[in-house]
Amino acid sequence: MLAVEGLVKRFGGFRAVNNVSFRVEQGEILGLIGPNGSGKSTIFNMLSGTLPPTEGSILFDGREIAGLAPHRIIVGGIGRTFQIPRPFHRLSIFENVVLAGFYGQGRHSRAKAEEAAEHALAMVGLPTDRHASVEGLGAAGLKKLELAKALATGPKLLLADESLGGLDEAEMDQAADMLRRIRDELGITIIWVEHIMGVLMRVVDRVMVLDHGEKIAEGLPADVAGDARVIEVYLGTDADASLAAAAAAQARRRIGA
Amino acid sequence: MNRQAAFWTIALLALVALPFVHRDPYHLHVLVLILIWSFAYTSWSIMGRFGLVSLGHGGFMGIGAYVTALLWNHLGVSPWIGIPLSMATAGVLALIVAYPCFRFRITGHYFVLVTLALSGIVLQVITATRDYTGGSLGYTPQRAQSGKGLFALQFDDKTTWYLIALAVWAAGLVIWRAIDRSMIRHAMEAISEDEDAAAAAGVNVTAEKLKVTLISALMTALSGALYCQYQMFISPDTVSGIAVSLQMVFAAIVGGVYVALGPTVGAVITIVLAEVLRISFGTKAVGWDNLVYGILLVLFIIFLPKGILGSVIDRIKSPRKPSRGHEQQTVPIARR
Repeated sequence: MLAVEGLVKRFGGFRAVNNVSFRVEQGEILGLIGPNGSGKSTIFNMLSGTLPPTEGSILFDGREIAGLAPHRIIVGGIGRTFQIPRPFHRLSIFENVVLAGFYGQGRHSRAKAEEAAEHALAMVGLPTDRHASVEGLGAAGLKKLELAKALATGPKLLLADESLGGLDEAEMDQAADMLRRIRDELGITIIWVEHIMGVLMRVVDRVMVLDHGEKIAEGLPADVAGDARVIEVYLGTDADASLAAAAAAQARRRIGA
Repeated sequence: MNRQAAFWTIALLALVALPFVHRDPYHLHVLVLILIWSFAYTSWSIMGRFGLVSLGHGGFMGIGAYVTALLWNHLGVSPWIGIPLSMATAGVLALIVAYPCFRFRITGHYFVLVTLALSGIVLQVITATRDYTGGSLGYTPQRAQSGKGLFALQFDDKTTWYLIALAVWAAGLVIWRAIDRSMIRHAMEAISEDEDAAAAAGVNVTAEKLKVTLISALMTALSGALYCQYQMFISPDTVSGIAVSLQMVFAAIVGGVYVALGPTVGAVITIVLAEVLRISFGTKAVGWDNLVYGILLVLFIIFLPKGILGSVIDRIKSPRKPSRGHEQQTVPIARR
């Protein structure tokens, strides 16, 4: 469904993303992890058109989308969320999602957009009350709204920049379950970005690990969690060996490997 | 809903009947001016309310006035054709200036500066081509032969002008409301907050901004052309340049840009205030009226940031939380 070849993004002399290639198959959830600054969000921004790639090709359903304007990519079937939620405060929760439903699906009809908004809000578990204000939402609510907006655009591929950092354990599990439900019930393929490995590893089908803009590992969650380079990236070479081993063991336990 | 419709119908009928009941020519003159400027301010607010603060609208107004008058005087083109041509000219200019701004994300203060330059340029062109435009001395459309008034869109009768201005003003309000109720408003509110997030919702940011800019520029050019046909005299100071642009921004903000009638209230207040000050100060203290006018405007903007009408409506509705669109605490110029 998505085939990325030799993706490069340079900011001046700095290579934020260096020659990354990967594929995403229809119906899978691909986890994209890596420490802060490893290029995850930059890859997302290129996939969704927010940033044009310096080099490389992005084939979505066989069509080249690298460098297209963001709204064309969104209308073309890719939905995205932002790491830090970016709601429109001057619109109600419902209006936020209707906007995405209207413009994200090619401006067909307002009635259809409202229907899409209702479905999306119900899916993420937000009220469909037309006038509820964004101001009443907490961190978890804002993330749900972000997800509802992306769903309302009618995506075939969802780029979920989740970063569950601000959430407690129960909320993290909830968010992870929601992504799985979105895939299972709506048949939407998902790329999920995260820098905390735990929750993500339980849900995803495959993981890709980035460090300093390069892909250092890719595969099944269990294999990647045991990968020496991944452990090194997450804990550093100077870390106490026993600490590293304990962390790896804990990671394996969490994902049941 | 029905009561509201009834209210508007009665109000409109009363406004139409007014010149047949009250025939004082000075009052009618002031009313026509208020209606034409209200239309201009409404046009400005169509983009101004979304944080697209333009100081270039004096330029659009000048183009509307001068292109119409020049076509009539030099080529004998009837304003019925000249006005659409002048509007098209303003529209093309608006697109030429706005497209690069929007494409390359020139927003906020930088956008204001670009539009300020546009006003300046139009003013300079009018002054520099004085052989055709009369320069800063002003310009007068040639009087039509008697019996050809309709063809030349020249009427001596104030009542006719009042009705024309009323119709155009009402049309301006209808357009304002249509946009307010359309998805364009939602998209523009989103864009004014966060362009990337709006694009991620599928909004073509550049196209939406160009749409409201184009509508606003076309309407503003029409207001300039009407002003020219009514006054039969235009000068760079009265229909063009930075002073006129600032006048639009002030009046629209004083009245309130988030309500349909806000710019109209702004026009009523600024024009009545200016007239009253002009008459009461008279020749005793030339220029002082402008000083008082300026101070009052500053006070309005500081203490009533939502505009006079916006604040009044808020007060009436205060027990209920305003449902949409009116939550803004500040005027757009201070928003970025």
